[in-house]
Amino acid sequence: MKTSAREQKLQHLYWRAGFGIPFRPDQASPGIKQAVRELLHASGQATPLQVALARTEADPQTDAQNAEMRQQRQRERQQGFVLLNNAWLQQMATSEAQLREKMTLFWHGHFACRLREPRFALLQHNTLRAHALGKFPDLLLAISKDPGMLQFLNNQQNRKQRPNENFARELLELFTLGRGHYTEQDIKEAARAFTGWSYNPQGEFVFRARQHDRGQKTFMGKRGNFGGEDILQMIVENPRTADFLTAKLYAFFVSDVPNPERIKDLSSYFYETGYDIPKLLEKIFRAKWFYGPDVVGTKIKSPIELLAGLQRQFDLTYADGRSPLVLQRALGQELFRPPNVSGWAGGRNWIDSSTLAFRLRIGPALLQEAALEVNLKPDDDTEPTAPRKRRQDGLRTVRAKADLSGLHQQMQEAKERELIEKLSQKLLQVPLQPETAALIQQHIPSGVAHADKVTLLTLRLLSLPEYQLC
Amino acid sequence: MATNSRREFIKMSALASGMLLVPNFLHGLDGGGLPLLASSNGKRLVVIQLSGGNDGLNTVVPYQNDLYYKARPSLAIPSREVLTLEKGLGLNPAMEKLRLLYDQGYVSVLNSVGYPDPDRSHFRSMDIWHSASASDEYLSTGWLGRYLDSLSGPSANYAAIEVDDTLSLALKGAQYTGIAVQDVKRFFQATNDQFLKQAAQLHAQDHTHHQVDYLYKTLIETQQSAGYLQEKTKVYRSKKDYPNGEFARNLKTIAELIASGVESRVYYASLTGFDTHVRQAGQQASLLRELSEGLYSFVDDLKQQQEFDNTVIMVFSEFGRRVAQNASNGTDHGTANNLFLIGGKLKQAGLYNEGPNLQDLDQGDLRYSIDFRNIYATLLHNWLGGDAAGILGGKTQLLTGLI
Repeated sequence: MKTSAREQKLQHLYWRAGFGIPFRPDQASPGIKQAVRELLHASGQATPLQVALARTEADPQTDAQNAEMRQQRQRERQQGFVLLNNAWLQQMATSEAQLREKMTLFWHGHFACRLREPRFALLQHNTLRAHALGKFPDLLLAISKDPGMLQFLNNQQNRKQRPNENFARELLELFTLGRGHYTEQDIKEAARAFTGWSYNPQGEFVFRARQHDRGQKTFMGKRGNFGGEDILQMIVENPRTADFLTAKLYAFFVSDVPNPERIKDLSSYFYETGYDIPKLLEKIFRAKWFYGPDVVGTKIKSPIELLAGLQRQFDLTYADGRSPLVLQRALGQELFRPPNVSGWAGGRNWIDSSTLAFRLRIGPALLQEAALEVNLKPDDDTEPTAPRKRRQDGLRTVRAKADLSGLHQQMQEAKERELIEKLSQKLLQVPLQPETAALIQQHIPSGVAHADKVTLLTLRLLSLPEYQLC
Repeated sequence: MATNSRREFIKMSALASGMLLVPNFLHGLDGGGLPLLASSNGKRLVVIQLSGGNDGLNTVVPYQNDLYYKARPSLAIPSREVLTLEKGLGLNPAMEKLRLLYDQGYVSVLNSVGYPDPDRSHFRSMDIWHSASASDEYLSTGWLGRYLDSLSGPSANYAAIEVDDTLSLALKGAQYTGIAVQDVKRFFQATNDQFLKQAAQLHAQDHTHHQVDYLYKTLIETQQSAGYLQEKTKVYRSKKDYPNGEFARNLKTIAELIASGVESRVYYASLTGFDTHVRQAGQQASLLRELSEGLYSFVDDLKQQQEFDNTVIMVFSEFGRRVAQNASNGTDHGTANNLFLIGGKLKQAGLYNEGPNLQDLDQGDLRYSIDFRNIYATLLHNWLGGDAAGILGGKTQLLTGLI
């Protein structure tokens, strides 16, 4: 196989399974089989994300009385989410365990909770991280007992006398079977089975036996004195759950355009392996079609893929912790703040006239250390704005420092006339039209030094819509 | 070869004449589906969002109700200060200008507007208002975006304008989205950079890669919309006096777009900072003053342009606040709330329905009596001439005698 074709395949694999390939001087180009094995191996162990967070849980006794204290706690929560966000983004950009980061991001959008307490958000994140590449039934049980999940979907209020159906409904509709594969009665019965699933202030799961409904339930045609575990068990025994998850994984890793035949095939395999996530991913990444023209370069990068990718390939250092959150919010995907329990819609939903115009400016601006300004809409849930200050609060400025030396080194030997072709192959996942290449050349002043030319060409390539695809 | 030279030709002529930058709809009325203002019923909607959850009970005050005064010992507005309307309700004293509009028959007040199983998170409740979903339903499009989808045709690209840097979910459809413009000139400069314009033109006729084409198509539409707005608004500048501040400036921008003959059907602007958990009185008063003074100037401006009769303004917030005040002289997140419609041709100005029932609360919260989606349906059907049932999923009812 020609080296450049192999490199293109590797780039594709690394953009989908991770956040791109960093530009390093002595890069090996293994075959796909070996690269997939290395990816899985590097993500084999789960290391928890470690962030030192202040205790920000409300104290009902003092908080009701003391507004200052409540505001102070609110600021600490906000700061907590900045720390969490930065820490995870940094992991995505630098960790060798690329597949685990990517898969944790998938589950974050799947079991999408918008939590108030940073400590609960970190706990939940580490639960997702720990099980991201395990077997789905284990992940499902762990996340069903996660305090953040129980809180977000009101299972804390789900009691024998007064069942709350919120968790049961989303469990069936959004997490496992999907709409149309259960009845309203199934939801009611499942909710009864989860009564008493609760947590304590330390963030530990607690089964409150006195609030649990021990009576007989009928769930999806079966009768018994079911508890929550039984319901989860029956859900994963239903192959429809494998279909639902596989379709969603296909959309995330492969293409927005579903391919029923491939999905069916993958889903059967997923089910047969007892929902073994790494095995399913290996099958996808090693499929011939994964490197076909209907897949390569056809995904619109999510805002996180775009930003983590820039950080990974150009060693971005933001001027402050808020900056990456500003960009994420302006582009419509803020880590730890999914829009609702159904997660980010993704695909073309990322794009409207303002987000596209902003996306095209981000790469070049950050690489040149230029200020990016944007007026953000308020997020009153995490950062209530004092009305007097609101005008300054909306406007944010983002700055970062970048390092292009890795790319420069890789281009050192390249001949002048090959530069644009070589760079576009490194930076874009779709072929650059010759007309566009010619246009870019026209915009490069003649007689600039080799290194400057690399930089100028890179800035132009990053400002193209093509860079938004992977 | 033939293809190449044809592409070359198109490229050359495009560069020479700028032809491809002319918005599609200007090429004539033969494009199919052009329900813009000039060729439609001429009605437009302006949506004003009060972000943070405006306290409705201190906006439209039930000043003859003892329960109100009991629930808010230090926060209730004394009856002598209230700007009285009818039936025991009156406006917050900071809203003199809105009261002037009310007295002229331009304002309709809808009380107890909400939805079943209300959510107290700002984000989620706003999500529900924007997408017009039920509280256990999740939609990735907004009600006005779906209205744009129903218009279809090239004109839908700028049929809705939000005066802001980023676009709200409300204006995102599956096929069409509104555009967010804080400042027309800046928007034009940002999107019509020479390099990007040329790059876009190279792709105007290409059909090689569906996602690349999609992104370039969006870019070209954005550039065209920006160019169109820039061209249209070059001449007219409002001479009206508006109060200071960003909100009034945004309303002035809308008035200028309207007066310049921009054919958009929907405009959207926000006023933020209503999350008044602490020391509410002064903060809310200054916001309500900013709101009502801004609206007054805006209405005045539109009247002078003979455009007020074609306009309905809807003012809403994601939720109201709890009936009882909290210990910090503020209020916490609540449920149902009031909503204003303002226009020159309302069928029924004044109070549309009774004030909220303070006797029959749901755990300290107001119960809703008008589902907000029925207001949307009425605006879509009676005012914009849209397919309300299709846009809102067919579960809504029209409110009679409103517009």
